[in-house]
Amino acid sequence: MSTAVTTEAVEKVVTDAIAQFGADPAEITTESTFEQLDVDSLDLAELAQIIEDEFGVELKGDDVAKIKTVGDAVEMVVSRAS
Amino acid sequence: MRTVVVTGVGAVTPLGIGADQLHAGWVAGKCAIVGGQAPCSDFDPADFLTIKESRRADRFTQFAMVAGDEALTDAGWEPRADLPYPAERVGCVLGTGIGGIDTFERGKDLLYERGPDKVPPLVIPLMMPNAASAALAIRYGVRGQSFSVASACAAGTHAIGSALRMIEVGDADAVITGGSEAALTPLACAAFGSLDALSASGRSLPFDARRDGFVLGEGGGILILEDAELAAKRGARVLAVVRGYGATSDAFHLTAPDSDGTGAMRSIEAALANAKLTPKDISYINAHGTATPLNDRIETIAIKRAFGDHAYQTPVSSTKSAIGHLLGAAGAVEAIATIYALRGRVAPPTLGWEQADEGMDLDYVPLKARPLATNGKPPVGLSNSFGFGGHNAVLCLEAV
Repeated sequence: MSTAVTTEAVEKVVTDAIAQFGADPAEITTESTFEQLDVDSLDLAELAQIIEDEFGVELKGDDVAKIKTVGDAVEMVVSRAS
Repeated sequence: MRTVVVTGVGAVTPLGIGADQLHAGWVAGKCAIVGGQAPCSDFDPADFLTIKESRRADRFTQFAMVAGDEALTDAGWEPRADLPYPAERVGCVLGTGIGGIDTFERGKDLLYERGPDKVPPLVIPLMMPNAASAALAIRYGVRGQSFSVASACAAGTHAIGSALRMIEVGDADAVITGGSEAALTPLACAAFGSLDALSASGRSLPFDARRDGFVLGEGGGILILEDAELAAKRGARVLAVVRGYGATSDAFHLTAPDSDGTGAMRSIEAALANAKLTPKDISYINAHGTATPLNDRIETIAIKRAFGDHAYQTPVSSTKSAIGHLLGAAGAVEAIATIYALRGRVAPPTLGWEQADEGMDLDYVPLKARPLATNGKPPVGLSNSFGFGGHNAVLCLEAV
């Protein structure tokens, strides 16, 4: 069963995942870029898998390549689900 | 041909974190085997690595990173970001028997339990056998040759031998080398058990009549090899000279050694010939000594055939009596143990040795370390490694 896709729910999952990847939780905001958080392509591949698992939203490699910030990722997941 | 020296070492072993712990523990007669295994219980990656570094590395790579940091510091390669040679002139060659088998097993569990979509993207980059050499090359900014060597239990020795050749012929000025292994996993333990390779009694008793197989251990050992002239020019402290290296194959069987020890004997002879030395020059042999019935018998035969009468005057002991069998890390960790033994003028003991087996009548340094006879010259020793598949590799090391 997938979790309901709300901005808050997606933000929490994305933030938790990025913290789990090793970023300082205090530095994770919707404006922070993946580059600032040292989130690279391998992390993004894991993030896509976590999102699909949680929300049933599939992100392809092309989609992932476009997102630059935490907010971008949240927005893309929410828009895909609606 | 250039002379190659060892300027730094680092080790994570069941006896503790650090090469000093390995030597001090073994010489003091400490055995790190608990419950039939030799884990690195003191090792917590969080003590040394960031969350990101830990997540990006299987345990076998983590061992290499932590031992690598120690070795670089020991060699005076500090700060780490500033290599003492052009990065293109530095290489990295590591050995492993299996690679990231824990990562492999977890990935396979997820595949079977939850389906192909749930297999983490990090499985391949973490389990690949070259993950450790890649991680070290990235960590230290090494831009010369880097790769991993897979030859089962001889991999650590093959890696050091390859590093030696790389510097000798001028392909590199310095090489970070050694090996690591972390195979205390359900699949590896079950599979070695099925092969009847593991000790049923849970004791590691090399060269003893009661030996019944090896005890699986884990860990890593890293050595810094440098061209001797360049090392002297930078004022490096030198631990040892890598005098020679010999490697052969049995061409006999996938797991059993050549029945008359010819392959192993030829590797010992090749290492001596490469060092331009004779058996009389050798003060100590760090045996492969796995404690399997077959290895220890055949290794004894090989040493006798290579050394003749001098075999009886040469102390032969097995590090595996203290830390079990580290597979692809064994050769690296045992090369470090050999360097420490030679430098300390001490023959470390074969722990647990009490009962002689028929025809196995060498000086196995039973139970207690003892001073090494050296004739006033810097002592020279051999470190033997023989792997499944019939891979034989021997290093000849001289203390400085």
